[in-house]
Amino acid sequence: MSLKKGRSKTATALLLLGAAYCLLPVLWVLIASSKSSGELFSTFTLAPSTHLFDNLADLSGYRDGLYWRWMANTALYAGVGAAASTLISAMAGFALAKFDFPGKSAVFNVILAGVLVPGVLLAIPQYLLLAKVGMTNTYWAVLLPSFISPYGIYLARIFAAASVPTEILEASRIDGAGDWRTFGTVVLPMMRTGLVTVFLFQFVAVWNNFMLPYIMLGDDRLYPITVGLNGLLNQGANQPAMYTAVVTGALVSIIPLIALFLTLQRYWQVDLAAGGVKA
Amino acid sequence: MKTKYAPLMAALTAAALFTGTACSNSGSSSEQTTDPNEKVSLTYWTWAPNMDKVAAAWNAKNPNIQVTVNKQDGGDPAVTKLLTAIKAGSGAPDIMQAEYQKIPTLVSADALADIAADAGSLKDKFPAGAWNGVTLGSDAVYGVPQDSGPLMFFYRADVFEKNGLSAPKTWDEYATAAEKIHKANPKQYLGTFSATDAGLFTGLAQQAGASWWGVQGDAWSVAIDEPNTQKVAAYWGGLVEKGVIDNKPMYTPEWNAALNDGTQVGWVSAVWAPGVLEGSAKDTKGKWKAAAMPQWDAAAPATGAWGGSATSVTTQSKHKKQAAQFVSWLNSDPEAVKLLATEASVYPASNDAASVLTSPPAFFADQADYYAIAAEASKQMKPFTYGPNVNVAYSAFNDAFGKAAESKKASAFTESLTTMQKTTVDDLKNAGFNVAG
Repeated sequence: MSLKKGRSKTATALLLLGAAYCLLPVLWVLIASSKSSGELFSTFTLAPSTHLFDNLADLSGYRDGLYWRWMANTALYAGVGAAASTLISAMAGFALAKFDFPGKSAVFNVILAGVLVPGVLLAIPQYLLLAKVGMTNTYWAVLLPSFISPYGIYLARIFAAASVPTEILEASRIDGAGDWRTFGTVVLPMMRTGLVTVFLFQFVAVWNNFMLPYIMLGDDRLYPITVGLNGLLNQGANQPAMYTAVVTGALVSIIPLIALFLTLQRYWQVDLAAGGVKA
Repeated sequence: MKTKYAPLMAALTAAALFTGTACSNSGSSSEQTTDPNEKVSLTYWTWAPNMDKVAAAWNAKNPNIQVTVNKQDGGDPAVTKLLTAIKAGSGAPDIMQAEYQKIPTLVSADALADIAADAGSLKDKFPAGAWNGVTLGSDAVYGVPQDSGPLMFFYRADVFEKNGLSAPKTWDEYATAAEKIHKANPKQYLGTFSATDAGLFTGLAQQAGASWWGVQGDAWSVAIDEPNTQKVAAYWGGLVEKGVIDNKPMYTPEWNAALNDGTQVGWVSAVWAPGVLEGSAKDTKGKWKAAAMPQWDAAAPATGAWGGSATSVTTQSKHKKQAAQFVSWLNSDPEAVKLLATEASVYPASNDAASVLTSPPAFFADQADYYAIAAEASKQMKPFTYGPNVNVAYSAFNDAFGKAAESKKASAFTESLTTMQKTTVDDLKNAGFNVAG
């Protein structure tokens, strides 16, 4: 009894510490974005100020609202990229889990190897490939590489194997449905919770991606938030870095992610529970 | 039956990807043309603010040559991006802002087009030093000088007055002033030695008479560890060792705060400093004054440069002639030079700069002779040759002087030059250049 009580206290303390570790930087961003540029590095770190809306107005005013265009770009890259990636992952994962074809294990092993290669390493080869077809510095330069996610395919395969019973596929075939119809109306709904996970993973990965767009894009009207904000800090030696705008911009840029997580949270929870039961 | 459609699905996916590829390839394979009525659009990579407004003035008058400005991150990132695009064979802009110290690197990577035929006649409109920066002493012209950054000295006039000081005319006076100010108020420093700003140290060495690279026949020579630079390194090392100036880098949040709250009361910088001070030392507006650089020899005033860049046409441009026309207009037409100064906040390299810059920058509103001092400094700029591996020398500077500034020992400062010299020469040799000496 006493042992149990003591352990739970330690666990609570550790969790609180972990929570503080994760939340303090967010709190810092929140507080810092309420300070004017004069206060940012001179007043007490955790003392909030009253300039949040001035900062937002400054940020919106930067080169005719370029910041909001970066936001829209990021939403496009992350939204379209994650949606396409989820669809491709679902198709590939389903095919790898439920069909037998020559070279299947070779294909799967290559994809597994792909999981181990960090995306950052691929940015330069992808740049060189896209430069060959003259597609750098376009929306496609950032979208195309984000369509394929080895990790997403891997997850989708595991999930399809666990959640789509072969009997249902056979029943669907006996009822005369083609493979596309089976995939669209039978398999996809059954995989939904797993695909939400894949979508979230890829969405966050693209939203936070820096290296790929940084290398691919030269036109700042195509930039996502990450590259755009980085540019505000690197104005060249004869311009001051725009710290206040960057801090405020960073704060605004995480709001959509938080909103997305909150709305998709119920699928996410179901998914974790489902994995536990079905394994 | 079971496996029939799996390969088909894979093929469809692949086809979808390739359709995307085909659609967005914008057919950029048109040949170089000289038809004056052809409509061309050019892209210009620059990090100077509001350059799009300068380009708008050109676009209004030249409906057939439309220039789009792509704002870049300052300095190195844009150059790295350009070099990558050149190596990849596509993706480079038509026109590129290139710092003088990067031009040899870009030329040796075959990134900059020779525009002597279209811009060669502009030679007399620029100071000889700036023009030499774009020709590298050859007959080719790898760009037109856009802006320059002659070194100047900035100080808090109120603090100087309180301590009974006037602007230092020589480096000896600077050292005396630094000591006096720090003694009167141990929190205050007249300056800092920034181990992350190789460009400033290069300018200081240039002022002392150094020229780190040189061409001897078909070989490069490197002279970083030489008496003039040693003198500069020993001087700053001595000040840091005494503790009368700070040893923290510039352009950090702490440094900004120090300028703003009056713990940094002086800045050895360049003509563009007001823009930075306006951003980082807002609360001290009206308290600063600009002066000519402290001198090694007051009888022979000299200065160096920090920053400054040219506008170049890239080798990947399909419309080099039109691009050269824009570049020439941008940097020599009186209207454009005025816009460069007022909109893009640069100090134009053109000899006409003095006539368009009549009122002082806003942060120095009370100092009517601001641009007179700048013009004088421009004329006193010492010649300096950059080599093809400036980036290597600069990163060697960051490493070696970073440690030296940390150790606060004057001897470490001069020893750092030996490291820089060796790293730079080794790199040149490794890259296959002939190195003399």
